[in-house]
Amino acid sequence: MPSWIKLVRRADVTRTTVIAVTAASFIFAFLLASIIFFWQGINPVAAYHDIFISAFGSLRGLYFTTLKAIPLLLCAVGLILVFKANVWNIGAEGQLLLGAVAAGWVALYALPNAPSFVVIPVMFILGAVAGAAWAAIPGFLKGKFNVNEIIVTLMMNYIAYKIVEYLIYGPWRGAGSWGYPITDEFPETAQLPLIPGTSIHYPTLVLAILSSLAMYFLLSRTKFGFEVKAVGYNVEAARYAGISFFKVCFVTMLISGALAGIAGVGEVAGLHHRLIYPWSISSGYGFSAIIVAWLARLHPIAAIFMSFLLGGLFVGGYAIQVSMGLSYSVIHLFNGLILICLIASEILLNYQIVLPRGELKWQRLKS
Amino acid sequence: MAATEELIRVAVEAGTPLLLATLGEIYAERSGVLNLGVEGMMLMGAATGFMVTFVTHNPLLGVVAAAVVGVLLSLVHAFVSITLRANQVVSGLALTMIGLGLSSLIARKFVGLPLPVRIPTIPIPGLSQIPIIGPGFFNHDPLVYFSYACVAILWYVLYKTKMGAAIRAVGENPAAADAMGVNVFLVRYLCVALGGGLAGIAGAYLSLVYAPMWIENMTAGRGWIAIALVVFALWDPLRAMIGAYLFGGLEAAQFTLQARGIDPSLLGMLPYIATIIVLLIGVKETLRKRIGAPAALCKPYYREERTL
Repeated sequence: MPSWIKLVRRADVTRTTVIAVTAASFIFAFLLASIIFFWQGINPVAAYHDIFISAFGSLRGLYFTTLKAIPLLLCAVGLILVFKANVWNIGAEGQLLLGAVAAGWVALYALPNAPSFVVIPVMFILGAVAGAAWAAIPGFLKGKFNVNEIIVTLMMNYIAYKIVEYLIYGPWRGAGSWGYPITDEFPETAQLPLIPGTSIHYPTLVLAILSSLAMYFLLSRTKFGFEVKAVGYNVEAARYAGISFFKVCFVTMLISGALAGIAGVGEVAGLHHRLIYPWSISSGYGFSAIIVAWLARLHPIAAIFMSFLLGGLFVGGYAIQVSMGLSYSVIHLFNGLILICLIASEILLNYQIVLPRGELKWQRLKS
Repeated sequence: MAATEELIRVAVEAGTPLLLATLGEIYAERSGVLNLGVEGMMLMGAATGFMVTFVTHNPLLGVVAAAVVGVLLSLVHAFVSITLRANQVVSGLALTMIGLGLSSLIARKFVGLPLPVRIPTIPIPGLSQIPIIGPGFFNHDPLVYFSYACVAILWYVLYKTKMGAAIRAVGENPAAADAMGVNVFLVRYLCVALGGGLAGIAGAYLSLVYAPMWIENMTAGRGWIAIALVVFALWDPLRAMIGAYLFGGLEAAQFTLQARGIDPSLLGMLPYIATIIVLLIGVKETLRKRIGAPAALCKPYYREERTL
């Protein structure tokens, strides 16, 4: 930073400024991406047109966008909580997969003949428990021994991938799968009901929206929410105030893991109706949820809208994969660019940039 | 003893990309900057190294290009986290996502193609004749020898020179280092750039020697393992060697066990489980030896707000 640019800490930021800066950085990320596309011989205008039309241009597109928004929102709401405590759960992906595994076990092995009103709640509950259990390991290690939770949650993702792989290639491979590495289809009693005429599994959608409302309440109206924010703001000060870091770290991780687990149940019981390749069950929701959380500036209600926005990007990513022959990984490029522009823009929220007026600069030069 | 020799040889080969990436990250963290973008920089290095070598038939050019790309990417992280003082964790994560997406985009036409030239294996005369360790350590390609040199040089610079003292001071107490006349921002930029360059070369090693080919996301978490190894190494380049070859050996053992009929999915979990264990050992050692992470790690430096 050149020394003649002065940064003055802002005391307060208006909501309008936050929205404007967020929108500007979002647009800036797409400008950067279009430069890369252009360099790679891909017409960015055509690509963005395809993305927008496929995600938001038709009713069918909006259904698909909603479908993608469900797991994104569930994971993001949990991440907002842990991020508020300054704990970094990068493992929503793995926690989601464990939820899916739990749902598969209930649907195919534990309660294959039970009626819907038993199977579905049991799937959601056990899915949440499995996701929470997967998050409990890094939460415990971080809270007790201060082991870097970023690396542990990431490693748990890879292990979760391998668990699903092991199951679908090994003991859970379906009798009626013609040798493909997939399980049998869930019995109809274990398939979530859909909004008629669409493929939107509404129980999960309702759970997702309820979770974001509940999270808003938890963060703004409860003692625990206050403790979470206190730890996130200053661990040492919170400790002096008698707030247990272990409790905040462990409990926020459990909640965030449970929500990701619920998302996993929704994906397999509502959409795929079987366990399939891990990267087809999730396709990176756990990572994109980080961007949803950040785009929403860690506000649970704003996350509802942001999950639709990013859900649209997922649908658009599929569309340009087909129409332009690009790999699906291109979506990570968008994700990364959006994220880096967002945090780079935070300097505009925290500081006021003061440029010297002409005469002042002149004085500087003379002296 | 042929089996032991072979195990060491494979462990060194599989451990070299981890070693290079770990060494680079040690320097970045020593200066107070956590760069979680190692995985992304490695992927970009792997893609660039492969493409340049494929087109020019010159592996040296490929390695250099990979290093340059690694440096460029790391400078993005440096600018955002040092100059703009943004959150280092998020910036690093974003860098990994960018590396993953961008590498798959630019190298999309090179997936699975065979590499036309190989980096030759050059046994070191004399040293490679030593029983057991000779063939294991001194019968490799030049990049492996480069990594040995890196360990020695980076260890010496960090602990025995004025420059190394400056780097460590910047990572422990930037305000004090600044007062002594060290340019905190410059030191941090340089260390992050060094980390980027080495991560780029580590990626090129994967796509030019270890694989040798380009596949999307071919690092498979090695960048993250390297970040864990930094903790295990207690931020010491010499100890990084032990950790990297330990993981290399684990990879070698995986092949042997798979041949004996153990499920590949279960075996595939081993490095990730081992990473968590290694991280725990690192943290325990840190407590026992009272050597911690650099005190200013992850903290942006505000010159105008310093209290010294």
